[in-house]
Amino acid sequence: MTVLLFYLTAALAVFATVVALTRANAAHALIYLILSLLAVAVMFFMLGAPFAAALEVLIYAGAIMVLFVFVIMMLNLGDAGEEQERGWLDARLWIVPGLLTTVLLVEMLLVFGESGVTTSGHSVSPKEVGISLYGPYVLAVELASMLLMAALVGAYHVARRFIDRPGDI
Amino acid sequence: MNLALAAIPGLPMLSATLLILFGRQIPRSLGAVLGAGSVGLSAVLVAGQLLAYLDTPTVVTATLWTWMSVADFSAAIAFHIDGLTVVMMSVITGVGFLIHVYSVEFMWEDESFSRYFAYMNLFVGSMLLLVMADNLLLLFLGWEGVGMCSYLLVGFWYKNPANGAAARKAFVVTRVGDALMALGLFVLFTDLGTLDIQPLLLAANLNWEVGGTVPVLATALLLGGAVGKSAQLPLHTWLPDAMAGPTPVSALIHAATMVTAGVYLVARLHGLFLLAPATLTAVAWVGLATLLLAASAALVQQDIKRILAYSTISQIGYMFLALGVGAFSFGIFHLMTHAFFKALLFLGAGAVSHCLHHELNIFRMGGLRTRLPVVFLSFLIGSAALAALPFTAGFYSKDGILLSAFTAPGIGPWLWAGGLLGALLTSIYSFRLLFVAFFGEAQTEPDRKPGLPMAIPLLILCALSLLGGLISQPLDGVLPDAGHPQVPHLIEWISIGVPLLGVAYAYYAYIVRRPSSSPAEAGGDSPVEGFLFAGWRVDALYNLLLVTPYRTLARWCQGEPIDHFYNGVVSLNRLCHRGLAALQTGELRWYATTFVIGLIAVVAIVLRSAP
Amino acid sequence: MDGLLIPLEHVLLVAGILFACGLGGLMLRRNLLFMLMSLEVMLNSAALAFIAAGARWQEADGQVMFLLVLTVAAAEVAVGLGLVLQIQRRYRTLDMDAVTRLQE
Repeated sequence: MTVLLFYLTAALAVFATVVALTRANAAHALIYLILSLLAVAVMFFMLGAPFAAALEVLIYAGAIMVLFVFVIMMLNLGDAGEEQERGWLDARLWIVPGLLTTVLLVEMLLVFGESGVTTSGHSVSPKEVGISLYGPYVLAVELASMLLMAALVGAYHVARRFIDRPGDI
Repeated sequence: MNLALAAIPGLPMLSATLLILFGRQIPRSLGAVLGAGSVGLSAVLVAGQLLAYLDTPTVVTATLWTWMSVADFSAAIAFHIDGLTVVMMSVITGVGFLIHVYSVEFMWEDESFSRYFAYMNLFVGSMLLLVMADNLLLLFLGWEGVGMCSYLLVGFWYKNPANGAAARKAFVVTRVGDALMALGLFVLFTDLGTLDIQPLLLAANLNWEVGGTVPVLATALLLGGAVGKSAQLPLHTWLPDAMAGPTPVSALIHAATMVTAGVYLVARLHGLFLLAPATLTAVAWVGLATLLLAASAALVQQDIKRILAYSTISQIGYMFLALGVGAFSFGIFHLMTHAFFKALLFLGAGAVSHCLHHELNIFRMGGLRTRLPVVFLSFLIGSAALAALPFTAGFYSKDGILLSAFTAPGIGPWLWAGGLLGALLTSIYSFRLLFVAFFGEAQTEPDRKPGLPMAIPLLILCALSLLGGLISQPLDGVLPDAGHPQVPHLIEWISIGVPLLGVAYAYYAYIVRRPSSSPAEAGGDSPVEGFLFAGWRVDALYNLLLVTPYRTLARWCQGEPIDHFYNGVVSLNRLCHRGLAALQTGELRWYATTFVIGLIAVVAIVLRSAP
Repeated sequence: MDGLLIPLEHVLLVAGILFACGLGGLMLRRNLLFMLMSLEVMLNSAALAFIAAGARWQEADGQVMFLLVLTVAAAEVAVGLGLVLQIQRRYRTLDMDAVTRLQE
């Protein structure tokens, strides 16, 4: 029963993603994307990673998507932008990306193959994750913190209004 | 004593320095006094040396200072005065002084009067250094010095590009010989460990076996140098062109002194050459071939100076012949008498052109016998000496050479016959010159007569050319020689008679059957004459074999062929750059697409290689 | 609650499909905003693959990697959205086919 639920969730995630990336309206797309992320979070939970599931909801579906929402609000694209997007989603433009992704997908299927192994069916508790993070992965944590710092400074700098120097990024 | 010796080459060099530095400021008369006077003073000092040597023949060696000293090599500025040196010094300063005096009048109207004397003095100084040097390095310094002066003086009237070309030709051709000579010096030094002449000869005698490889190699290389300097086959082509310089230059450098440096070198190092009989034989054959080639070429020349130039080559050929058969003292004797009569002839030719609006073609002269009597006398005596008519200076030396050649073992009679043929040709061309230029009807009227500064040296040289044969050279103990060669009387009579035959033929051809019209400008009427006129077309041959390929190569290199390769690399890079720049469109989606294509390719490779 | 027993390939297949969707979106869309969304999807699919692997061996490493992916995603979105704002301000458009100054 629950296994069936997993496949259902997976189908939902794929469906939501496809819809999200083919919308003309950015806000609608974002709602579908959040749906996709939530579905993935459910999958995490089912795979026995409750901590990851929680973070997925909190940070991905929460913080990051909220950032998108703010930006969409600030851009204030309106109906004209939507029309333009619809024009850009011409059927002929699908051909090359569709072809390439199909080829890649087939290749990935071949790589994965049919090994017959299953997931363990046991969950990994947040405690174990925490011990691992601040044990063998402490360097990675440091690196991540540096990356976030750099991103913070970079984002602040990039998004600043340059009043005095037009035409310059 | 050392100071007096040092002053002999030092005075002309000092004078040259002064003339170069202050030539523009000082008046002509002072320049003339400096130029001729310094050489005259040298001549006086040389005369002192000569008298001292004649009185008591002692070898003087004077070391002035150490020139360079590196590891086990050292060369000093040192002089070695023996009989050979004294003879050479006397010729150089004596004839040189006369030519300088002559030049004062000859060059008086030239705008570069002081430059001329500066070069001439430098030449005399270098030449003296060459003959006085105690070691071969110092000799080589003088050797190169005279070569440079020759270059400067051949191209003296540098405003005419042809003169510059002749100077370059003289320089480059002699450079071939000089390079060989330098190599020879290297061989000598590496093998014997010294360049001082006397120790070198001693060491060679001790260490070398007769006919060994090293002696033959070393002497052959030295012979190369001598051949280049003395305008012998195959490096003789520069001398006829070197007549582009002022005529007294030709008299001094290209007749009396510099071109005989090769003869001096061989005589000076005869000890080495005696150890290499093969080279010595080569010397004889080179001399014979050269004397015949040059004499035949002289037969048909029309330019008075070119006749004399070919004649000089031919006479030096005689000297080489003498050296080659071991008659060193006769070679030096002929060097001296030749210096007298050839300087006389050149100065006479200079006087003719000086008085005849710079006319040099003998077929446009004629009848000068009565118009320029002093010059006629000079030419009469000079030609007689050149043709080796009995009792002139040339007779004694050339007769000695021919008879010595006859006594040479094995090849003697052949050398003698060749030399005799040369003597016949010599008398024909020298009297052809005399008869054509000085007899018959006048074609060009002289506009002046030579003044005293020209006439007096001519007369002195006349006397020397007549009586020089009686001078006995103080060469005993310096050069190995055994008196007068013993030959059958018939050979002797033939040797004496042949030149007279030549004179008779010349009289018949150019006085009795005087050609009504002058021959064509560029050579003779027949192909043979044209061939001889062009000096056996050796120049054309060299042009074909050396100059043209070199020019072609140079032109090819001018296009910088190696750069083509690097330019190609640059072009390829630029092409690649354009291709890569075209890829960079700035379109993010295109980047993403190519990214995906690459990803697909990589995964495909992984799939293929995975089992 | 314990996890499920699901064939690993199936989870990975889902991740692969999501990744392909993201990649297709990246190539298809011209709007920078949608391109960023596509990138998010791709990162998310990678995270899914990590979690699946962690579940397979019952190790915490998969979740640790997920955390790192999350960090990268957060950083990328922060900078990327900053760029979106700036580009909109400069060029009055988000059409990436029109913004080709990178060419120079």
